Amino acid sequence: MSRGRGTLAGVLRRPAGAAAVAWLGLVAACALVSRVWTPLDPFTTDPYSAWAPPSAAHWAGTDAVGRDIASYLMAATGTTVVVAVSAGLVALVVGLGLAALGSLTARWVRDSVAVLIDVLVAFPTLLVAMALAAAFGGSLAVVVVAAGVGYGVTIARVSRAEIRRVLREDYVTAARAAGLGQLAVLRRHLLPNIAPVLVVQLSLAMATSILAEAGLSFLGYGASAETASWGRLLSDLQRYLGVHPWTVVWPGLAITLTVLALNLLGDAIRDAADPRLRTRTPVPTPEVTS
Amino acid sequence: MTRFVLGRLLLLAVGLAVASVLVFGVLRLLPGDVAQSIAGTNGTPAQVAAIRASLGLDRPLLVQYLDWAGGLLRLDLGDSLVTGTPVAGEVAEKLGVTLPLAGLSLVVGLLVGVPLGVLAAVRHRRASGVALGVAAQVLAAVPVVWAGMLLIALFGVTLGWLPTQGFPIDGWDDPGRALRSLVLPALTIGLVEGAVLFRFTRSAAVGALDEDYVRAAAAKGMTTSRALVRHGLPNVALSVVSVLGLQVAGLVVGAVVVEQLFSLPGLGRMLVADVGRRDLTKVQGELMTLTAIVLLVGLLVDVLHRRLDPRLREAGS
Amino acid sequence: MTLEIDRLTVTIGGRRVVDDLSLELPAGRRLGLIGESGSGKSLTTLAVLGLLPAGAEATGSIRLDGRELVGLPDRELARLRGRVVGTVFQDPRTSLDPVMTVGRQISEPLRLHEGLSRREARARAVEAAAEVGLPEPEQIVDRWPHQLSGGQRQRVVIATALITRPALLLADEPTTALDVTTQAEVLALFGRLVDERGAALLFVTHDLAVLSRVADDALVLSHGRVVERGPVARLLQAPEHPVTRGLVEATRATTWRAS
Repeated sequence: MSRGRGTLAGVLRRPAGAAAVAWLGLVAACALVSRVWTPLDPFTTDPYSAWAPPSAAHWAGTDAVGRDIASYLMAATGTTVVVAVSAGLVALVVGLGLAALGSLTARWVRDSVAVLIDVLVAFPTLLVAMALAAAFGGSLAVVVVAAGVGYGVTIARVSRAEIRRVLREDYVTAARAAGLGQLAVLRRHLLPNIAPVLVVQLSLAMATSILAEAGLSFLGYGASAETASWGRLLSDLQRYLGVHPWTVVWPGLAITLTVLALNLLGDAIRDAADPRLRTRTPVPTPEVTS
Repeated sequence: MTRFVLGRLLLLAVGLAVASVLVFGVLRLLPGDVAQSIAGTNGTPAQVAAIRASLGLDRPLLVQYLDWAGGLLRLDLGDSLVTGTPVAGEVAEKLGVTLPLAGLSLVVGLLVGVPLGVLAAVRHRRASGVALGVAAQVLAAVPVVWAGMLLIALFGVTLGWLPTQGFPIDGWDDPGRALRSLVLPALTIGLVEGAVLFRFTRSAAVGALDEDYVRAAAAKGMTTSRALVRHGLPNVALSVVSVLGLQVAGLVVGAVVVEQLFSLPGLGRMLVADVGRRDLTKVQGELMTLTAIVLLVGLLVDVLHRRLDPRLREAGS
Repeated sequence: MTLEIDRLTVTIGGRRVVDDLSLELPAGRRLGLIGESGSGKSLTTLAVLGLLPAGAEATGSIRLDGRELVGLPDRELARLRGRVVGTVFQDPRTSLDPVMTVGRQISEPLRLHEGLSRREARARAVEAAAEVGLPEPEQIVDRWPHQLSGGQRQRVVIATALITRPALLLADEPTTALDVTTQAEVLALFGRLVDERGAALLFVTHDLAVLSRVADDALVLSHGRVVERGPVARLLQAPEHPVTRGLVEATRATTWRAS
């Protein structure tokens, strides 16, 4: 779609957008490269080098058990990417599914789904995650499902509003009057119009899931000890805050920069695709988890 | 107005009902078995079965649900599967920490987010406004856990100004000490929430700047700044109130994480421990309490918003 | 109160939206600014008030009884606004604060400039509401804008503009949002009030028929420039510039349709 290419160019033209894409590209690259190579083995412990400051050997220093932080962070990018992408997809599927149910079906179904969405939107996703963790034990899958479903409800709300708006537009009525079937109307008029909103929401869903992973791994419901994850590192370093308070900067910074990049990317896409979207009242998104 | 309130109460009831089903349903999908873990690895099948029977876990699921849900209506959250003590009592006790924490966090968030949001809107073309926007953007990307850790590192460890762990044993008998242990936790949640409120307020205030009635007010004899404050702000405040309800979820979530980080004996921390112990009844009770708080605050905010906005006050629901 | 505008130019983003505009409006006279949308007429009134949108720059001179307004700090301008200069804005739906009662908005200029107490201000608001023909003035001052009809809201805006007996009245398309009957009543009201108070009236509109009922002289604007000026009667009978001719044609069409 040429509109897609135009939007991409628009995103890259803005400094915030370009920076965001650059950082996310770096993260993705690290995720790939770390499958085959990291500066040092991220899990090798070396108690004699515990808490080493940054140096040529250890770019970000070492942690309590002597693991190389830089290598660990790099290995963890894989987890971040997997969680973000999976949660984003889950959110999109759940969101679009609910939105479709809430706008393209019989009246009573539409109204019930509308009520359901309004009720679910206020539910703190963390609680969903904890319930899942209580039942199935903590894991990254729990994070993905909880964050995905949680944000999916927000996407459902936003998409439903968009779908209903588009369906009311004159050109859709004209198309229907011309004999176009429901499916064709969807494909030709609906999808291209809600696509920019969806892409922005996808970006935000991914950002939210990364924050969710941080919080949930910290609580012990996310990544296990064998999986490298930024949230997990935060959790590991927590008990040493009293003596080594500033090492947490590394994983925290990684998370913040990545979430920031995704948020900025979302903003840039929205501005590039349709500046008019900016003036619409922002749909306040509930904090899914942090 | 009464029709609206009744309607919202109905919605609240539906929300609680849905939540109860979801909470109960998800937890009972448990592959593990708490009776087994109570009996221990040496427990014979007969002992495990006996424990299950005594805990009422051998009854049909629907019966268990109705029994529990019925108790909810009486505010009886059942008894702990592990210790047998009533859940409601412990929950009430822990709320004495969690509710003040959430309240303080909200206050911090409002004090930080709203005035700065208005300021950034008035100066949105100038460097100071842009800088504020960037700062908020960054802050909104910070995980609450990390924010807490940094605050501990700075104010607790490096500067040593504030306590970073625990809550006084005598609780609120010494309000000063109790409050001091809540300062860093409330700041942690409040700053991140404040960033979200900032962005929303700024957006609403920028909209207000363009409003005709603000300009018309200036034409009556005020400076543009005063017109914005006198006429724009009340309308902005109204918008902020309308989103407060959704922010409560974030506060609750923040509280769970922060209580763990700062070792505060609140509901969130107890929930984490009980999840670890697979104490289903307690977990159910705690989850329902937290959900009820979120939904209830949401309702109160909606009613307040309706009360404050003259356009909505008289209209039918 | 004499309003003198000398070579006013307003630029927004490099574009000249008001270009070299000059006019003189003595007390007791009624002057019209007429042109299509985008001709710069509204911006002229905003320039007089010092309420141009952000990013707009004004050069030239605007003098009120000899006092230069361009470059005056907002605080000084605020003292003139509402007290000496009354403004009626175009859209009554959006120029009223939705969360303040009608009465308080009408009396706001009094509270700002004369420091009246709440009770006095309310009494004056009731008087003003009666003056502009609002029904049940005692009750209506306690209503909210959304409870009033469009015509009633526009009367509220007019009452607000006149309550301090300003010497200069700026009216920007004050009747465009009204139906024909209310339009006629409001125009008559304008005429009466300006005559009785001896104020100066600057009336901005795109409708020459409306202007003919209220103004003596007019300036025709197009793309920010004055293309023709003169008595309204002459403009109607013998328009010279194509833009003026177009406006007269539009007027004839309306009158013909109405009769």
